[in-house]
Amino acid sequence: MSPTMEADGPALAELLLQRLERAGGGGLCSLEAAAALGLEHQQLVGAVKSLQALGEVIEAEQRSSKRWELTPEGKEIVQEGSHEARVFDSIPAEGLPQSELMKLPSGKVGFSKAMSNKWVRLDKTADGGPRIFRAVESVQDSVREKLQLVQQGEAESLEEKDRNELKKRKLLTEVVIKTYWIQKGRAFSTSVTKQETDLTPEMIASGSWRDLKFKAYNFEALGIMPESGHLHPLLKVRTQFRQIFLEMGFTEMPTNNFIESSFWNFDALFQPQQHPARDQHDTFFLQDPAEATDFPMDYLKRVKKIHSQGGYGSQGYKYDWKLEEARKNILRTHTTAVSARMLYRLAQQEKFTPAKYFSIDRVFRNETLDATHLAEFHQIEGVVADYGLTLGDLMGTLKEFFTKLGITQLRFKPAYNPYTEPSMEVFSYHQGLQKWVEVGNSGVFRPEMLLPMGLPEGVSVIAWGLSLERPTMIKYGINNIRELVGHKVNLQMVYDSPLCRLDA
Amino acid sequence: MPTVSVKRDLLFQALGRRYTDEEFDELCFEFGLELDEITTEKDIISKEQGDGKAEGASDIILYKIDVPANRYDLLCLEGLVRGLQVFKERIKAPKYKRIIPASGELQRLIITEETAQVRPHAVAAILRNITFSKDRYDSFIDLQEKLHQNICRKRALVAIGTHDLDTVSGPFTYTARPPSEIKFKPLNQAKEYTASEIMDLYRTDSHLRHFLHIIENKPLYPVIYDSNGVVLSMPPIINGDHTKISLNSRNVFVECTATDITKAKIVLDIIVAMFSEYCEKQFTVEAVEVTYPNGKTCIYPELAYRREKVKPDLINKKIGISETPSSLAKLLTRMCLKSHVTGNGNHIEIEIPPTRADIIHACDIIEDAAIAYGYNNIHMTIPKTYTIANQFPLNKLTELLRLDLAAAGFTEALTFALCSQEDIADKLGVDISSTKAVHIANPKTTEFQVARTSLLPGLLKTIAANRKMPLPLKLFEISDIVVKDSTKDVGARNHRHLCAIYYNKNPGFEVIHGLLDRVMQLLAVPPNKENGYLIKATEDSAFFPGRCAEILAKGQSIGKLGVLHPDVITKFELTMPCSALEINIEAFL
Repeated sequence: MSPTMEADGPALAELLLQRLERAGGGGLCSLEAAAALGLEHQQLVGAVKSLQALGEVIEAEQRSSKRWELTPEGKEIVQEGSHEARVFDSIPAEGLPQSELMKLPSGKVGFSKAMSNKWVRLDKTADGGPRIFRAVESVQDSVREKLQLVQQGEAESLEEKDRNELKKRKLLTEVVIKTYWIQKGRAFSTSVTKQETDLTPEMIASGSWRDLKFKAYNFEALGIMPESGHLHPLLKVRTQFRQIFLEMGFTEMPTNNFIESSFWNFDALFQPQQHPARDQHDTFFLQDPAEATDFPMDYLKRVKKIHSQGGYGSQGYKYDWKLEEARKNILRTHTTAVSARMLYRLAQQEKFTPAKYFSIDRVFRNETLDATHLAEFHQIEGVVADYGLTLGDLMGTLKEFFTKLGITQLRFKPAYNPYTEPSMEVFSYHQGLQKWVEVGNSGVFRPEMLLPMGLPEGVSVIAWGLSLERPTMIKYGINNIRELVGHKVNLQMVYDSPLCRLDA
Repeated sequence: MPTVSVKRDLLFQALGRRYTDEEFDELCFEFGLELDEITTEKDIISKEQGDGKAEGASDIILYKIDVPANRYDLLCLEGLVRGLQVFKERIKAPKYKRIIPASGELQRLIITEETAQVRPHAVAAILRNITFSKDRYDSFIDLQEKLHQNICRKRALVAIGTHDLDTVSGPFTYTARPPSEIKFKPLNQAKEYTASEIMDLYRTDSHLRHFLHIIENKPLYPVIYDSNGVVLSMPPIINGDHTKISLNSRNVFVECTATDITKAKIVLDIIVAMFSEYCEKQFTVEAVEVTYPNGKTCIYPELAYRREKVKPDLINKKIGISETPSSLAKLLTRMCLKSHVTGNGNHIEIEIPPTRADIIHACDIIEDAAIAYGYNNIHMTIPKTYTIANQFPLNKLTELLRLDLAAAGFTEALTFALCSQEDIADKLGVDISSTKAVHIANPKTTEFQVARTSLLPGLLKTIAANRKMPLPLKLFEISDIVVKDSTKDVGARNHRHLCAIYYNKNPGFEVIHGLLDRVMQLLAVPPNKENGYLIKATEDSAFFPGRCAEILAKGQSIGKLGVLHPDVITKFELTMPCSALEINIEAFL
């Protein structure tokens, strides 16, 4: 708003109040009032709003009314006459060559209209080409007359078919105007008292606040967001998963080693060297440093034997196990590589003690990327090692874990993983999708993995895993993983993301 | 996980009853299969190639069923039906038998020593008096394809050839010859080609070109001849046209050549076990004698049944159930593992059929008992394992710092650990050889060439992707970078870094500097030389000259802060001044 308008504000508001006073018990239409005061409607609306802000001085009810207005072309016709009339006027008695006429600004449109009105005639055989002549003495420019009526606000007096005709010629347009029906309010007065915007220290000190009127707050507007930093939604979910594991007594594994040897990532897990997961298409191999150099050699020999010849009650895979395959460095494809290191370390203790481990960290797959798959994602993993664990224990542990995530309806499907047997996929019933969806994978580690490590015979190790991204995408309603993870993240989404309350 | 596509009505006919889709889905779930998709050939074609191409394609309903990767016995309709019917106790598992022909004369396959250089193993068997139909024939071809893709590792480990035995005469010779000396008419071709020409012929074949590399660079190619010099096949690429099987073939010679003998035996057993169902003498397979270069002979297929003994108590304890021995034996029998209680009930004797090569340990038997019992019938229990939880100290510190960095007004980013060489080298004004970056050997795109050695490029890319956001942008990340380290067993290690960045119309060095002071305050490290931290002017190609300082804390250099070099800003497609901080937080553990 310009400063002058600002200054005009209160004066205008009082003018309006005076008019309202004169209207007696009735009301005023803002549009009419503006016309009567010779103001733009918008100015009057401003005054209405400022009065509304004062409380109950006036009551204003918003109405919308339709009004016919002239288009710029319509206004031109009111000024200059219709195109056809202008054509008629420009033809002298001796006529005008058609080519000349067409050069006039109104030529084309005006000519065809004038022809259909039979105001002019065309002589195609005239000397020097087709020539236009007046066909009548004088004409009545009814289009102009009708538009003049509209300009005077008397559009309603036109017949509907005329209005439609003019609208079709794009000379008229119907506009919707928001107007106010203004009536006296309960606290009506013809003068405007200045209202204070807010409480000041001076008012408190002087006590002047007692006699002052305060402007009403608009409680419908939003407040100002506090300036702050924000945590990333995926990592907020990670925090909650960590919390759940800690509540359940699980110790966090050191997973800060993205580079792993094939030995710990695959061989130690009894995953044969020809397994498709060890293919170039699935796993990132390293060029530099290409190979791991140091292995616990006794254990490595036992791993070699279990793969190539069997043992510990197993037939083995009966193939030529090669050290050079095991040496190959990769970006770990699962955090289970770390679990293997931890279980090996556990097995080296003089006396076995039960253990519960967890980790949440990055893993890498050289896969084809799409809306839900990236080359790196976070794996959540839980492991329990103790004597005599059963499949029922695994299921019970999973039930407790998923209950903490707010997932209570579970069911288990037989599955195959190279390093667990029995294996089970975990499904939960998704209310939104109305179907069972896979939420995790689990199983009991194979004896061929555990016994070569040196774990006692009766010790079972149950484990499960899931991705961190999937529950996060579901939780925060994100369809494209790139909007969540990586540099293409939508920061606004990060700013706006709510707390992560998994069981809420 | 392999997916088997079967015609629904054919499946139901073989199962002897109809199921609703839901019922069948339920049955699959219980058995460890997954009814992945219900479709038709027409749907598949129109999805892949557009509606136009699907015109006239079949409307027959197909079930696409996901089969566990180790269950080769379920990779065809015949196997699926057999497995499910036994599971539902509608039939007994058949007993597969190797037989010797009445004449006593075995067909022979002789392996010559040249094969040792390229593909040393071969096994074979004969399906005698088999009756094919169109569906059976299609399933026969399809099973070979499924086996090739899975256990055969795209034919690298094992390649299967099947031949009309009545078109050739044994003994057969499996040998290896120079490509120029091998000449025959390949399957479905009109004329003869040499082996080298065959390789050229299939170089553009959408299917076969994937197998050429297996033998391409070998001096000798494997080949199987009959006694008249007719080529049966040139494994693992193509069969000869001469021995092509038709719907009318009655006697089928199956050979598997391999680099892995164990897998070759499994593959042969599976094929003959599945399709001997259609032989005149059901579930019998005629043996073939294979002679090795050293003169040793073996009879194939093995079709060996192995006996295992497992204590019922162990099964119950591992699953967490308490079934009687005879009930457990019954459960196992339903999984095609014919079992009975022996002794005084202390043992269950289990017969592992040749089709269940996946059973290699008692734990596999226990799983089958659990599946037959029904996973969802097992009573859930909570282990009594008592442990005290501990956080990994580095992660604990990271969690605490994250919270306070956000409280300090910085927003957390999460960027990729893999990136291009350019991101960590060229764009920061350093040579890749001077970084200690680990390099990936097989990246599919440049985005995965190296593991990041700094968090800075990821944050700069995050800003570049969010240039529309109101300024200033204040971001941080606490995560791992990777560098080579010869003291580690794998030759590389992670470091936990903290990186923060301020992007605005002014460089805001004081903002980033203030953040460093705040981080140090949080870590209770005072600003002094002796036992605290200080910053010292230094130069770094990523920073504007004179606007970069090294951060020293606890007597060691932990990182740098400063105003980024305009070249760096430009290379990351940014336009505003920017200051940044990156430190290793491991010193504060």
